[in-house]
Amino acid sequence: MTAAGTTTEASARAGASSQNGATRLRPWRNPWRKPWLLESFTWLYLIWSLVPIALAVLFSFNNGKSQAVWQGFSWRWYFTDPVNSVWHNPALHAAVFQTLRLSVYTTIIAVPLGVAFALGINRWRSYTSSTFNFVMILSFVVPELIFGVAMFFVFTVLFSFVHLGTLAETLGLVSWNISWPAIIVQARLVTIGKHYEEAAADLGATQWQAIRRVLLPLLTPAIFASAVLVFSSVIDDFVIVDLLSSSAGNTPMSVYIYAQQHGGNGGPALNALGTIMLVMSFVIVIIGFIGYRIVTRGERGDRKSALTTIAGADYG
Amino acid sequence: MSIAPPKSPPPPTRPKPARTEGPKRRPEGQQSKTFWIVLAIPGILWLILLFIVPFYAVLGIAEGQLNRLTESPIAQYNPLHWSSSNVINVYHDLIGATAFAAPIAVRTIVYVVIASLLSLVLGYPAAYFVARFAGRRKGLFLVLLIAPFWISYMMRMLAWIDLLQVNGYINKTLSTLGITSASSPIDWLGGKPLTVILGLVYGYIPYLILVLYAGLDRIDPSLIEAGRDLGLSRTRTFLRVTLPLSRQPILTGMLITVLPMLGDYYTNQLLSGAPNTSMIGNLIEGQLGTPGLQGQGAVLSLLLLLVLIIPMIYYVIATNRSSREAT
Repeated sequence: MTAAGTTTEASARAGASSQNGATRLRPWRNPWRKPWLLESFTWLYLIWSLVPIALAVLFSFNNGKSQAVWQGFSWRWYFTDPVNSVWHNPALHAAVFQTLRLSVYTTIIAVPLGVAFALGINRWRSYTSSTFNFVMILSFVVPELIFGVAMFFVFTVLFSFVHLGTLAETLGLVSWNISWPAIIVQARLVTIGKHYEEAAADLGATQWQAIRRVLLPLLTPAIFASAVLVFSSVIDDFVIVDLLSSSAGNTPMSVYIYAQQHGGNGGPALNALGTIMLVMSFVIVIIGFIGYRIVTRGERGDRKSALTTIAGADYG
Repeated sequence: MSIAPPKSPPPPTRPKPARTEGPKRRPEGQQSKTFWIVLAIPGILWLILLFIVPFYAVLGIAEGQLNRLTESPIAQYNPLHWSSSNVINVYHDLIGATAFAAPIAVRTIVYVVIASLLSLVLGYPAAYFVARFAGRRKGLFLVLLIAPFWISYMMRMLAWIDLLQVNGYINKTLSTLGITSASSPIDWLGGKPLTVILGLVYGYIPYLILVLYAGLDRIDPSLIEAGRDLGLSRTRTFLRVTLPLSRQPILTGMLITVLPMLGDYYTNQLLSGAPNTSMIGNLIEGQLGTPGLQGQGAVLSLLLLLVLIIPMIYYVIATNRSSREAT
């Protein structure tokens, strides 16, 4: 019986191998072939997603008033045009500085607040702490328009001493972005665990020393990544600042582009403004990427994970 | 809580140097708890004052009255004095013979469903390829895939406004290919639903892709290889192994695109601007800027929140669970 069994098995194996031989002849049956179709699709997708933006950047250098017809290269919408260039038009460069100002203010307030919140909530385990943690994550997913409407009403009706403008914009943006440091730092706290702190305490460190000398250095990458995320998401933010800005003096770039384009005053100067936003974001991301690599050196993880971390992908 | 205090205090008569820390440590457990609470308090206060209170203010305005003289809303924070005039107005906008808002709501749902499904169909294969097959060029692909995430929404809309203008490159290409005649170009930006839907897809797909990539990248390749080794075809491995494993990222990715799409008003304004494509976000934003209608805007945004609160809570629970599983 055993002999019969082995022979059938052997013949089956022989059949399988001859089949394998056959598949090797037909490349489309090769299970490990390169997925050409998928790769071409991905390239098409990338072209669709990036080429329009490249063209929009190109049109910021257009030597003419059209956003659709190329009329030659010039810097006129950045510097040379005496009236409508970003450099000479006060409304345009006010928008650039307003964006930068809001990004700096929001990052300075939201990151320490969020980090302290994350530390406190993570270690103070109680009903209250988990309730507020839930509220905080809710602020991460609530649609921005609904949040913006709430902010608009609270500053026009209830806290009306906060007038619409830079202060209202900053407060709104901090509320909207506080969840980045809070979520990222909590995720990092979970992976760090408590061993390092306990070791520090056993070696005689006080609570404060353990945090300052042990926990904060371990949290640096998370704090850094969240600062990059807050800064760049404020640059790109639109809804909150649109609802909370009051005059030309406190209109950031995104709102300025929207208002002008929508009002029928489009032109390459807007593309120039958009390009400046793009460059700002990329500078922040590159600083963030290099900085993140420096603060995480000696740790496991590669460039790709650094990239997805500073894009917030690990917490989406 | 992190430091376990010794169960029995050391004998007080002859304290050894190492043991003197014992009695000190006991109150430290208490002290540390207060310390963490103090750390959390500023953030909690901020959330109360500038997240919870604002929503109560919206409720107060929604249930409040209108100052007929100034056309400005008067908030009513006491539930006993709530007025239902705004709610009744919105009800008549949504249901009945004069319900101008009902088609807007239906249109919003149709646009968002089409746009989010289209995003998934376009985004999934790209994210799947980069997560699984990109090999040594993964870094490059990843940078290109994520790049739009860092580019301002306005800049990305501007890009399509440039292309879709009457004398823009899209029309030029179409007439060169002989699909349309050069004499009658298509006015893409003049209230075309197709333009708005594609604009929504283009605007929100980076967020979906990011979530999909992160989820697909976490799938253990040995599971897929096991499926192949056990004789499943490529398609069946995908259907039986990869797809079930990517259910969670698909769900959260769809949520993260659908939620902001439902509150979108700017895509529509920039790419169409015509009332025949306006969405619920346009309605709310318009009412916010119209004296006398702000109360109704408050009701509508609360209504939207009410509809979305369940998917939002689902999202919070799902991400919490997956982050717990990841550790």
